[in-house]
Amino acid sequence: MTLDIVQMVLVTVLAAATPLILAGIGELVAERAGVLNLGVEGMMIFGAAVSFAVAMQTGSTLLGALGGAGAGLGLAALFGLLTVGLAANQVASGLSLTILGLGLSGLVGANYVGIKRDPAPQLAIPGLTDLPGIGRLLFGQDAFVYAAVALVAAVSWFLWRTRAGLTLRAIGDDPVATHALGLKVRRVRFLSVLFGGACAGLGGAYLALAYTPFWSPGMTAGRGWIALALVVFASWRPLRVAAGALLFGGATVLQLHAQAAGLGLPGQLLSALPYLATILALVLLSLGGRQGGSPAPAALGRVFTPSR
Amino acid sequence: MEAARPVSAPLPRATAGPTPLFGAYGIVKRFGSFTANDGVDLEIRAGEIHALLGENGAGKSTLMKILYGLLEPSEGVVTHRGDIVQLPNPEAARRLGIGMVFQHFSLCENLTVEENIALVMPPELSGRALADRIAKLGIDYGLHLEPDRPVWSLSAGERQRIEIVRCLLQDPKLVILDEPTSVLTPGEAEALFSVLERLAREGRALLYISHRLDEVRRLCVRATILRAGRVVGACNPREETARSLAAMMVGSAVHEVSARAVRAIGAERLRLERLALPAPGLHATALRDVSLRVSGGEILGIAGIAGNGQAELFAALSGEALAADPAYVRLDGKPVGGLGINARRRLGAAFVPEERNGHAAAPLMSLSENALLSRHPTAPLTRAGLLRAGAARDLAQRVIAAFDVRKSGPDPAAGTLSGGNLQKFVVGREILAQPGVLVINQPTWGVDAAAAAHIRQAVVDLAAQGGAIVVISQDLDELFEIAGSIAVLHDGTLSAPVPTAETSREAIGLLMGGSSDAAPALAPAPALAPARTH
Amino acid sequence: MRLDLVPRIRRSAVLDILAPALAFVAAVMVGGVAVAALGVSPGAAFVTYFVTPLSDVWSLQEIALKAAPLALIATGLAFCYRADLWNIGAEGQFVVGGLAGGWVGVATHGSGGSVWILPAMLAAGALAGAAYALIPAVLKVRLGVSEILTSLMLVYVAQLLLDYMVRGPLRDPAGYNFPQSVGFEAAARLPYLMEGETLHAGVLIALAAVGLGTFVLARTLFGFEVRLVGASPRAARFAGFSDARLTLAVFAISGGAAGLAGIVEVAGRIGQLQPEISPGYGFTAIIVAFLGRLSPPGILVAALVIALTTIGGEGAQIDLKLPLDLTRAFQGLLLGLVLGADVFARYHVRLVPGGPASRTAP
Repeated sequence: MTLDIVQMVLVTVLAAATPLILAGIGELVAERAGVLNLGVEGMMIFGAAVSFAVAMQTGSTLLGALGGAGAGLGLAALFGLLTVGLAANQVASGLSLTILGLGLSGLVGANYVGIKRDPAPQLAIPGLTDLPGIGRLLFGQDAFVYAAVALVAAVSWFLWRTRAGLTLRAIGDDPVATHALGLKVRRVRFLSVLFGGACAGLGGAYLALAYTPFWSPGMTAGRGWIALALVVFASWRPLRVAAGALLFGGATVLQLHAQAAGLGLPGQLLSALPYLATILALVLLSLGGRQGGSPAPAALGRVFTPSR
Repeated sequence: MEAARPVSAPLPRATAGPTPLFGAYGIVKRFGSFTANDGVDLEIRAGEIHALLGENGAGKSTLMKILYGLLEPSEGVVTHRGDIVQLPNPEAARRLGIGMVFQHFSLCENLTVEENIALVMPPELSGRALADRIAKLGIDYGLHLEPDRPVWSLSAGERQRIEIVRCLLQDPKLVILDEPTSVLTPGEAEALFSVLERLAREGRALLYISHRLDEVRRLCVRATILRAGRVVGACNPREETARSLAAMMVGSAVHEVSARAVRAIGAERLRLERLALPAPGLHATALRDVSLRVSGGEILGIAGIAGNGQAELFAALSGEALAADPAYVRLDGKPVGGLGINARRRLGAAFVPEERNGHAAAPLMSLSENALLSRHPTAPLTRAGLLRAGAARDLAQRVIAAFDVRKSGPDPAAGTLSGGNLQKFVVGREILAQPGVLVINQPTWGVDAAAAAHIRQAVVDLAAQGGAIVVISQDLDELFEIAGSIAVLHDGTLSAPVPTAETSREAIGLLMGGSSDAAPALAPAPALAPARTH
Repeated sequence: MRLDLVPRIRRSAVLDILAPALAFVAAVMVGGVAVAALGVSPGAAFVTYFVTPLSDVWSLQEIALKAAPLALIATGLAFCYRADLWNIGAEGQFVVGGLAGGWVGVATHGSGGSVWILPAMLAAGALAGAAYALIPAVLKVRLGVSEILTSLMLVYVAQLLLDYMVRGPLRDPAGYNFPQSVGFEAAARLPYLMEGETLHAGVLIALAAVGLGTFVLARTLFGFEVRLVGASPRAARFAGFSDARLTLAVFAISGGAAGLAGIVEVAGRIGQLQPEISPGYGFTAIIVAFLGRLSPPGILVAALVIALTTIGGEGAQIDLKLPLDLTRAFQGLLLGLVLGADVFARYHVRLVPGGPASRTAP
């Protein structure tokens, strides 16, 4: 096992983790404000389709990525209107957006099935990128990966080091109390939802423009759902989302290698690990040792209508 | 009282002396046909702790909301240093230096102390600077807070400190405190009093809203007493006795005790034996050593200001809260403390909770479904789990007929009925079951006079037929009219019942205010059974 | 500008019925615009989607066969959702039910074809689905864990379990290594209702479930309990109903219904176990449940409408070259519009000028 092979494995793990990080971070922000967005899968795949279409039409990966984020944001606006504006049921609304997104993605992507384009350009710094063992891993990635890392750092900083982030966390904890204090609960929730959708769309764009540089129907393969699980698994903390994404990504890669290596464990069990692990994490969180308080935003999923 | 005066006219002074820091003159506030404040005058001076005393419904919280900009008066003016001011919202009140510490805290449980305070501070004040200010307040006023502790781990007293610090950081000239000791232990209350006295020494004014007479006499140099929306007294509480304050608070009208309230007494039907129940939440009240006995034909009234344990006592009696020891609660001698509400219903008990919309009845469901709601254990409404066609509807119709329930449509949703009619339905539903024991919480709150009379008569008639009845009520008039004996619930403890004919409103008012200056014979009834080992 | 929602004292009865209908009309209009953008006449599309499938026997049967599992699962889900419990793992419960019942079919293969095989399969499917749904239920009751996430995660676990079983222990040894079980014999298949047609008895089972669901919700004390808990939880406690017992019961019911739908699909249409036994019925059923306003008769209508649009979509793909995704998008849009319309029935909605409400009661 040379260093280069180790690096190659790590690069694959990072690539598998990136869409999860992107979608997960966005969902984390939305959930921290108290909104459970089950539409992530639909926003992600719609973002993938739109990003590929835009990139094909304009020839620009950057515009494609922006298009993908915009697509996710657009669907998120519908979701926000329903759940924050009209106080509709969050579970059902999220599912409707997932199905809408899946359908729209197929429509938009129909003309592009089977077409390949160049993958997103990767960083190449002379000297750094060629470093043995870590060069490609640290300095040879595409913009999406660096964006994901930057987002994790930015969201961490925003939530815990700015007043606006504190307001957002407070609203997710107790919308009634924060409303009584004069904070703008619905506006903050709506904006968080938009951010979550844009990130999900960006995650989808990564899949279609960098991970595999083509569009195929259903290509997110449930990653949106995994991102949802990831947020819980990470106790709603950004760094842990990144760590969890690497674990989940690693599990996927590991599963492929293990099957290839002919290990005795059924591949399905390995594939099921992330889901089982999430359930276990939820149980442990509840059993928790804590006398009180919860790691989850206390008002997550609950509808809020300002009382008269 | 006079109508709102034009701005140019000279302002009235209730008393001679320096201009009061804040004043309210001729305040009238109407909600539809109901007048919450009817010509209230109030003056608060710098450095003064001023009590606003009164029972529930006296108009204290309305006046307080007007002062804090949450409500606008229908008539009357608010002044600041003699100048008339407008208070359209809390921001305007805060700009004038009016701060408020609410009874129910607006705190995010999972955030830390510092984070909760930072939420309402200007963005420039944060981090180190904010932590320093909080620490300084801790030293200056004894309001010690650990900035990094999450709120869920704090006691009620500590949480209140956060609210006070939030208020003080805005340097208020007037601090309004709404029932501040309602969630505090005696020790925490003492600590609070030191803080308040220090604030007064600094020249701030404090408006202290409470019904607790001992505290008011200890802390306050002036008191304004409200009753039924009017000022009935303004005095120095330290120059009054608790008795006289209580008399002002509840009035001293002498009541003809209705002959109906005197009944032949049958066997003991309901007993609470030294019941103790921990508070089910932060703003709830723990029950301590509560004992009572009610016999057939007897109506026991339980008086008390709201928030002193009435809901908790009701839950303990109904079975919605189970007792630690089954023997704490007995129906006809049987220990039922561990039995749920339906089991108690089957033993002949019936219950009417305080909240008719959402607790006693489901507002979106029809009247026949609401009849089913509480009567399915005691009426033949089901057979083998299946609903018997029309049985619930027939029962509902019988209730509607017997209690003259006015409604629109044959079987409308409960939420469409007026308060009085829904209350008649909810009470009638239970009384038609001819229960041996009836517990009813606030039987006529928010109900029009005719419906109230109907309900009270039904309760009295039930007693005449041998029922044992507990009426929990904030309305002393009502209790004096129908109850044979009255006990007072204060802070989770129940005083010994006294026959209505042998007591006065004043004495009851005293107990409601929690005064220790009360009449003797307050020890709980001695246990008849030998003490149980647990 | 802000959106103000004031709760109505009672739901507007008029809007209750009108809202889903209006939502449907709105969705159709949006669909018409989309179709025109794709270069197809909206009128032709409307006919192909909604009218043509009703015009021949075969597609009518297909509609029934697609509507049956949706109606069955959604009826079970209605019990959960009415009680304010969010079981979104119906897809997984469907799969587990199909797997368990299918296992019985495989195990009894070649054993002589007793008349008890089919009932045993159906029972196994329902029980397995119920048991699988009890996992999130118990976790919620005992530990307060969110049922949304646990039931969702279990969907993937169920699908992977089926995949494993079909490629491994239950694989047909004589099947040329294809990932599928042995084909069930006649005794393990749901009988056809008509000679030479495809309609099988599963449709009757679904109809019976809808009827049973309607009856239980309206005419039993348990049904009353379910309706009360979601509407007024405090009143439900005053009525003496236990939260925990109810949670377990409604999850078992919805899991059982989904599991039954799973084995009905396996023993009816498919006839063997294979890695994919559901085209997303468990998730589509959620749409159906909401479209049907959580009421079994409404659910039946909604299931037929959704099935109609699915079959219509398949026809449109062949005849008009319209992609299947259009149907899916339409269904998602329809649900969103129904949810939005529902708000108008529950609240008075007003667009109010000015900033956020600043007056609040403490």
